[in-house]
Amino acid sequence: MTPALNLRTIIIVALVAALLLLPVYSELVGNRFVLTLFTRIVILALAAVSLNLILGYGGMMSFGHAAYLGIGGYAVGMLAHEGILSGFVQWPVALAASALFALVIGALSLRTRGVYFIMITLAFAQMAYYVCAGLARYGGDDGLTIYKRSEFVAPVNLSNKVQFYYVCLALLLAAIYLVWRIVNSRFGMAIQGARSNDTRMRAIGFPTYRYKLVCFVIAGTLCGLAGALLANHTDFVSPATMYWTRSGDLIIMVVLGGMASPFGPLIGAVALLLLEEVLSGITEYWQIILGPLLLLVVLFARGGIDGLLKQLTAKVRS
Amino acid sequence: MSEPLLQVGNLAKRFGGIIASDDLSLIVAAGELHAVIGPNGAGKTTLIAQLSGQLTPDAGHIRFAGNDITSLPMHVRSALGLARSFQITSLFLDLSVLDNVALAVQAHAGHSFRFWRDARREPELRDPARAALARVGLSARADLPASALSHGEHRQLELAMALAGNPRLLLLDEPMAGLGPEESARMVEMLHALKRELTILLVEHDMEAVFALADRITVLVYGRVIATGAPADIRANADVRDAYLGEAEVAHG
Repeated sequence: MTPALNLRTIIIVALVAALLLLPVYSELVGNRFVLTLFTRIVILALAAVSLNLILGYGGMMSFGHAAYLGIGGYAVGMLAHEGILSGFVQWPVALAASALFALVIGALSLRTRGVYFIMITLAFAQMAYYVCAGLARYGGDDGLTIYKRSEFVAPVNLSNKVQFYYVCLALLLAAIYLVWRIVNSRFGMAIQGARSNDTRMRAIGFPTYRYKLVCFVIAGTLCGLAGALLANHTDFVSPATMYWTRSGDLIIMVVLGGMASPFGPLIGAVALLLLEEVLSGITEYWQIILGPLLLLVVLFARGGIDGLLKQLTAKVRS
Repeated sequence: MSEPLLQVGNLAKRFGGIIASDDLSLIVAAGELHAVIGPNGAGKTTLIAQLSGQLTPDAGHIRFAGNDITSLPMHVRSALGLARSFQITSLFLDLSVLDNVALAVQAHAGHSFRFWRDARREPELRDPARAALARVGLSARADLPASALSHGEHRQLELAMALAGNPRLLLLDEPMAGLGPEESARMVEMLHALKRELTILLVEHDMEAVFALADRITVLVYGRVIATGAPADIRANADVRDAYLGEAEVAHG
């Protein structure tokens, strides 16, 4: 069962190759902005990949996923503010804090279903937002500037923009691989079964709550990593990082790219953020153009852009 | 003889003013096919739901294979060897036919906190799943999405999933519902083959099928057992005639 050389594979390979070569392009053209933009895209794609694990594969419509971006970011920011700069401390703390937050939120919210689940995850994320806005010592509403990026041992130096970009990209690709392994494992089958028909899963002997909770924690932890990266990227973290519209952006990336598709969230993140960039250059009211575009994808491309590619591939073959 | 496989004692369940189970007692011996019949609203599905753990009874007890399972959750009952099929087909429609059965196998293969190996390539999941599909005659459809099957095939798949865990007791909730005459006949044939290997509790509306298959029959009316016995006794029972069979014949006629 080797993946056949088809349109979809070619596009995904081309996308990854382009991401790998981007710093070279940026260097040659002397365009630093493109590197900054794509570092941001790669980090948010990592967050979207983590959301896809629970939303796409697990059917858990979390509307508070940006909270982990904030928690991961604040873990880095607060430690840096207190003079602890080692990434070997900062990043594990960021991951552990996100995991713990996910464990608490998940334990409570996964007892509910449907709209209630959406509202509870949203409510907890907004709570995290207001808690951080109240942290006077760490900048409160205005946020917290990070004067020095996380320090690792030489030769790793995150202040080097090209190096930092490659660290982000490597973590993104590793996360895509990790999620792909997870969803095809026994654990992943249990998660997908619970998405498809939770009652039936319990009837045949799966304690679905436990599996969903563990899945929720894995996704939160992974997104916490994206949060630590984002804080390093912007040298800044503020409550706005975890505002609910950011959670909405992550959902749009996943839906646009293709739910329950390994590369879908990456495609979605690239498409959404590039569109945003291009359209906002054309007009101040770019959202008026973006909105209908998203509608078209949701209405006519079930399974998002990746689903569209799959259909095209099937058509080409027949 | 040792304890019967399933023993239901004085079960009671009410939903507001509606009494769904009323001092309901029932015994299923190992190896028999026990049918539960009754007019609409007699509480048959509520009984199945309480046996499988979807509903908790208000009073009474359920013993299964030597354990008191009255308040155990669904997944524990299932692990003890109690499998149920659903009246309304309840499958994983977006997964493949084989995936559906493989999940049922996986449910009985220990915990699923295994994150790395490709579950679709594990012979210890796929082989028993293929065997169960073969038993119900669905081998040729294994790789289709479950949503692509016909209604009759969904019923067969339900059965394959119930079989996959090698259950000690199979709860079948109206397996013939919505089947055409031909599909019904095939299902009866399949159950006939299975009843030699398994203990089955069958809830069914199709009287012809019930009398063809059952070793013993329990008749429920308004959540209460009005008769239990061999098919011939039930057919001859005047109460049952009054309460149910006559009415059913009129309705069917």
